[in-house]
Amino acid sequence: MQETISFTPFLSVSPIAEILWLIPAVPMIAAGVGALLKQPKRKAAAALAIGSMSFSLLLSLVAFVHVVAAWAHGAAVRETVNFSWIQVGTQFGGGQVDLGWVLDPLAAVMLVMVSFVGLLIFIYSVGYMAHDENFTRFFCFLSLFAGAMLGVVISNSLLLLFMCWEIVGLTSYLLIGFWYQKPAAAAAAKKAFLTTRIGDVFFLLGIVWLFAGTGTLLFYNHGAGSMEAQALTGLLAQHAALGLTATGAIALLIFAGAAGKSGQFPLHVWLPDAMEGPTPVSALIHAATMVAAGVYLVARVYPLMAAGAHLTHGGMLLSGTTTALTVVTWVGAFTAVFAALIAVAQNDIKRILAYSTVSQLGYMMAGLGMGGVAVGMFHLITHAFFKSLLFMGAGSVMHGCHDEQDVRKMGGLKSVMPFTFLTYAVGMLALCGFPLLFSGFWSKDGILEAAQHWSVAKTPFYMLVFGALLTAFYMTRQVSYVFFGRWRGHKTAHESPAVMVVPLGILAFFAIALGLIGTPAWPWFHAFLDDRAVSFDIHGFMEPGLVRLMATSAAVVFLGLGLGWMLYGSRSPQAEEPDALEKSAPMLWGWLRDRLYVDELYGVTVIAFYAWWARVADWLDRRVWGGAVAGVAWGFGLWAKLNRFLDMNWVDGSFDKSCEELGVGGGLLARIETGRVQTYLRILALAVVALVAILIWSSRA
Amino acid sequence: MNLIFYLIAALTVAGSLAAMLLKNTVHCALALTVALAGLALLFLNLDAQFAGFAQIMVYIGAVAILVVFAILLTKGSETPKDGVFSRSWPMGLVIAAAVFAVFGWAVLQSVSWLPQATPAPTVTVEEIGNALMGRYVLPLEIVAVLLTLALIGAVIVALHEKEGAE
Amino acid sequence: MTPLAGYLLVAALVFSIGLAGALTRRNAILVLIGIELMLNAANLNLIAFWRYGPHPELLTGMIFAIFSIAVAAAEAAVGLGLVISIHRHAHTTDLDATNRMKG
Repeated sequence: MQETISFTPFLSVSPIAEILWLIPAVPMIAAGVGALLKQPKRKAAAALAIGSMSFSLLLSLVAFVHVVAAWAHGAAVRETVNFSWIQVGTQFGGGQVDLGWVLDPLAAVMLVMVSFVGLLIFIYSVGYMAHDENFTRFFCFLSLFAGAMLGVVISNSLLLLFMCWEIVGLTSYLLIGFWYQKPAAAAAAKKAFLTTRIGDVFFLLGIVWLFAGTGTLLFYNHGAGSMEAQALTGLLAQHAALGLTATGAIALLIFAGAAGKSGQFPLHVWLPDAMEGPTPVSALIHAATMVAAGVYLVARVYPLMAAGAHLTHGGMLLSGTTTALTVVTWVGAFTAVFAALIAVAQNDIKRILAYSTVSQLGYMMAGLGMGGVAVGMFHLITHAFFKSLLFMGAGSVMHGCHDEQDVRKMGGLKSVMPFTFLTYAVGMLALCGFPLLFSGFWSKDGILEAAQHWSVAKTPFYMLVFGALLTAFYMTRQVSYVFFGRWRGHKTAHESPAVMVVPLGILAFFAIALGLIGTPAWPWFHAFLDDRAVSFDIHGFMEPGLVRLMATSAAVVFLGLGLGWMLYGSRSPQAEEPDALEKSAPMLWGWLRDRLYVDELYGVTVIAFYAWWARVADWLDRRVWGGAVAGVAWGFGLWAKLNRFLDMNWVDGSFDKSCEELGVGGGLLARIETGRVQTYLRILALAVVALVAILIWSSRA
Repeated sequence: MNLIFYLIAALTVAGSLAAMLLKNTVHCALALTVALAGLALLFLNLDAQFAGFAQIMVYIGAVAILVVFAILLTKGSETPKDGVFSRSWPMGLVIAAAVFAVFGWAVLQSVSWLPQATPAPTVTVEEIGNALMGRYVLPLEIVAVLLTLALIGAVIVALHEKEGAE
Repeated sequence: MTPLAGYLLVAALVFSIGLAGALTRRNAILVLIGIELMLNAANLNLIAFWRYGPHPELLTGMIFAIFSIAVAAAEAAVGLGLVISIHRHAHTTDLDATNRMKG
């Protein structure tokens, strides 16, 4: 069934929407072909991956242009192509499970972001993984991941989204544990998979509940989809436990899945450990795309999350809020501060960035909760660019420092690796939210503005501001340790090759340029997603309190930068010396460095319980079930012995006995055969006597 | 039943008894001859003259002589050391007695059915000859063949042993 | 007792005597003598039945007895020949000793 739901009556889907499925399919097919390639065929593997990704990028751009064009003419597009997959029982009125894909502004921007950033990272990986012997396997997994992520983006069915979600999780596991011979990498991959699994269990429960409540898993389906008014009003009327409606409960369950994938507290523990994977993996999966999938999911099911509150046509929150969105906001805000605190005390270059990612994801969730889809998605898009830039820059630094990861053993690299330094600085300033010039400022400000106007409480606003301060602080610490001061490593460092550095430059450009599409003067991005008209209006800045907010955030950023520079600056303490902050607050530093003991807490509670349970199960299996089986076997053995006894003694014995008796009988009978004629004669005579007697007797009458 | 019958019957029985009981084998053969003669007389008493004379000629004249020859050829005149009767002779006696008992019983039981007296038949040799050549020609021929075979067989049996002994 | 019954009894007696001798005497020739006595007793039976039975003009009994005599003679000849052969082979005519066919 092909449908077009749009705000203007299109009668049929556009060609690009019909072939939209190729966007995830081609990289997946490339992965399949790549899996069959032998290890030495590096050029072929890289060509397959980059070629398929370029194709996907091309199609994504075509789709994007199509959607933008339609929107620019005043009629935004949401085209869906649905088909029936399986028939379920008749309980839900001829229930069938449909799958399908959708093309609307949200999907279009994600498609372009994922394929563009993905392509750049693929090209970067050619240089980064050049010395690795498992080059082909790497690109096969990367293609598979890209295909699955694009599938998540265009999916119109929650079930199809979940299927691609699982493949994304799988490839994340494969790529984190890429160097599986390292025990730390294997453990990290397992940890990632299991932690996201916990979220996925709740996600699946939400899917099932949604299907039970609305009878469909499609998002948009001619008014019959689960994100459309009819289904949502129906769900609102049903009540779950704890004063929640069905919408709230389902929304929370789905958010649990998103929290696992996007590393929100308390399921964030896998993200820092995931840095065991190669740096391109960290850049692509754990900065730009996979962790963003959770945020994208919340954005996709936003009508469900916000059901009951007042929404605009496109989904911007006008007034009020729901329980689900409140929970999302609080979790996001808490994660933002929590992770930022831990990032302050880390010494591994990638771990600082990992905790920074967790923190920024918290920002995105808070933005979705308080400000709506456009606010959260804008930060996601800008973050994707500058975070992957930072990761790739870190990879370049590590490559140049001969795989050194400890920032205390680096230093003074700004003169040795100038291009890396320049692009890294751009990314760092964008992350901090340096005013006006960098995209991060505009996206983070959007979130802060929404937080300021939040009707429920002001605390998230203060938390997010504090988080911004910490972000500026720890990034300055990192940059001064790595690029300023003097070199503390062993061998000399060198700049990375062009194939690694050019993507850095491209990303740096976008880290600046993307800010332009989200300013209050010309909120192109927000208007695009919310289906409004937009025009350049400098009076956009004249909104009450906006300038004050911009000044506040600018001040916070400068404060953070200044503090960081003051404490660390060009001083390059040796690795053995305690950190400057550590000297002033050693106990607090210790807590932060040990990641606030969340992993240890899990180890003592969940994992210990699981280990105990595993021991119980083992005991049960070995003693009880094993004992039962052994008992049955022993019983059979007994039975077999009894049968053997019966067989040998009774059956055999009786047979042997009867044969013996036959022999004895034969011996007895043989006594007649004396060999003497007179004996035979006597017997004859006796027989005659008998016969005659019988004859006479019978003839008496 | 007349006296002659009883006398001849006594003779016959005595002779047969003697034939079976005497120790010396030659004496037994002679006693056999007496028994055979008694039987011949019984035949004559029954008006079966041809059978009686045939009995005298064949049995007494040939078989008895043959028996004597056989006794002489097998050193039968010597008395064996263990006795002339077999070890289990009572058993044989009992069986023979049983046989006699059963036959006697059969005869005595059917006494009422037996005819009392019938006139004596007159049988001429001519009639016998006619019967032999007419009605009973087939048995006659067969018996002729049988006699020939017996003759040849006896000769062969005796002959082989003779060659084997040499 | 009818005359016929008398003859039959005599025949039975001679038969039994002959049988007793055949069953108890050790010498093979005496066994043959016993057998001859039995045959003769049977002949007596035949003649007696011919004489006192129905239709004596058919001569059935007489002819039967004559044939019986002939066959008995042949059989005596062969039998005695065999006894002589056995005597040559086993150097004895003792029937208790001849049990080669014992099974």
